[in-house]
Amino acid sequence: MSTLQTVARGDNPTRSSGSSTRAGAARRWRLPRSAGWLGAVPLLLFAALVFGLPAGTMVFGALTTPETVPGGARFTGANMSASLHGPYLTALIGSVKLSAVSALIAAVVGLPVAHAVVTSRFRALREAVLAGAGVLANFGGVPLAFAFVATLGNAGVLTTRFHLLGHGWNLYSFWGLTLVYLYFLIPLMVLTLAPALEGLRRQWREAAHNNGASTFRYWMHVALPILMPSLLGGYVLLFGTAFSAYATAAAMVGSSVPLVTMQIADALSGNVLVGQDNVALALGVDMVLVAGLVMAVQVPLQRRSTRWLA
Amino acid sequence: MARLNRTGYGRSAVLLLTGAYFLVPIACAIAFSIGIGAPRQALSFEAYTGIFGADGFTDSLTLTLKLAAATIALVLVLLVPALVTVRLAAPRLRTLVEIVCMLPLVVPAVALVAGISAVLRWGPDHFAGTPLFQAMVALQNPQFPMVLVLAYTLMALPLAYRTLDAGFAAIDLRVLVEAARSCGAPWPRTLIHVVLPNLRGALLNTAFLTLALVLGEYTVAAVLGYQPFAVWIVATSGSQAQMSVAVSMVGLLVTWMLLLMISAAGRTRRPKENS
Repeated sequence: MSTLQTVARGDNPTRSSGSSTRAGAARRWRLPRSAGWLGAVPLLLFAALVFGLPAGTMVFGALTTPETVPGGARFTGANMSASLHGPYLTALIGSVKLSAVSALIAAVVGLPVAHAVVTSRFRALREAVLAGAGVLANFGGVPLAFAFVATLGNAGVLTTRFHLLGHGWNLYSFWGLTLVYLYFLIPLMVLTLAPALEGLRRQWREAAHNNGASTFRYWMHVALPILMPSLLGGYVLLFGTAFSAYATAAAMVGSSVPLVTMQIADALSGNVLVGQDNVALALGVDMVLVAGLVMAVQVPLQRRSTRWLA
Repeated sequence: MARLNRTGYGRSAVLLLTGAYFLVPIACAIAFSIGIGAPRQALSFEAYTGIFGADGFTDSLTLTLKLAAATIALVLVLLVPALVTVRLAAPRLRTLVEIVCMLPLVVPAVALVAGISAVLRWGPDHFAGTPLFQAMVALQNPQFPMVLVLAYTLMALPLAYRTLDAGFAAIDLRVLVEAARSCGAPWPRTLIHVVLPNLRGALLNTAFLTLALVLGEYTVAAVLGYQPFAVWIVATSGSQAQMSVAVSMVGLLVTWMLLLMISAAGRTRRPKENS
């Protein structure tokens, strides 16, 4: 294998000189034309089936009456409108608010942290932090909730030691949940910003300083405008992650913050009312719409950011 | 120099503060799990020594590891050929493949599981007695719920796509393939003995991030009523709070160490040659 690699690498410079003969020879080694896109077929089929079927059923269910009702499934707007009223609307707004606030804090805090980590001279620290960020951002969820319950919950270590309950502390409130969410949102922001920060060239900073700019002015007029698309893209990604998070809140039983993910899970398992399945599907459609809107903002932003930091 | 020093202090302050925020909960959780957190409690490592003997621990962990292995295999089997195709034969499919891989980001896990359970409920209603119904029952086999593998694969696609795509961008795939083919290697051999070994770092990373995702996944499994690792932790927390915290901490630290080892392995394999 390694010899092949060196052959391949060594071949590079000659490519331009002998391009016409190589093109003829290369044709023979290529896949046959009909097989050209066969390799992508399993992936596309999988997505169509495993993604398309549930998504289609969800939209269909959200727009029809349950089949168990006399008359069978008929088109109706009742589920969608129910999902936008009463406790469901409160939950939706609660989710949006919590995600927006925690993502904003994480973005503001994440920038200096990512900068400190990326520019650190200690390679081991950098690798450890980035690996840890990967774990917290992906593995998060349940372990995180328990760590915080053990720390700041009603019987938590810090709560009992410093008598925080007497000072009005409550982990199961809006700000308590925000504090927990930050624990996986900040690492995610660091991971998102790290490549962009590595793309900031040292020369830009030196040029700014030579022109008499202070560090503050460098950040305001050079670095932040360049980073802005990545920051906004990261914010949007964090919002989406916080918005769809369920495990953390579910594991912290007794949370009094209404969240749309909890409502869906409750309706699905028949915890509250039986026969709310289609409203749960309608809520799912609401979530997809919000997340889709968020992604529609993110994709063009990220495309813009790659232009500068290539 | 003065300026450099100032930013140096700023950096240490930032790192210290964040370090405190991220380490204090872990330290407190460990203190809680060995019983030195609350007053009037004695130090004991029972929560850790008792993990393996706990009810359902081995079952749920085996189930999760089996699910993870199947998910990793499925992710790689689906993505690697697709990415090779996109890079070698059909560059026009690239946008489509990228969109398909990013789609799961738009559908939160809870919404996805709502859709899945709606599809699964259709089975007994409409297809009773047909082979399709048999297939649906097989999907939900409690010994090995294939439906979870499918859902996890879908959820892992965005991350796996980004990691693998970055890995492909770092090698000269076309030259490697042409070299192997001109030496007379057939396609399968080219893929297995030439392309894949050069992608080792990206493959390991993808496998690992998928493993982390499956280990920590709670939503889909809980709503569908299965009990892999994460669901088991939540279920035990009611009766054995200390042990659930202990298991969580062990899980976090082990995953972190594994990821560090993989990034170290990736670094020694490819010294800075293409930056």
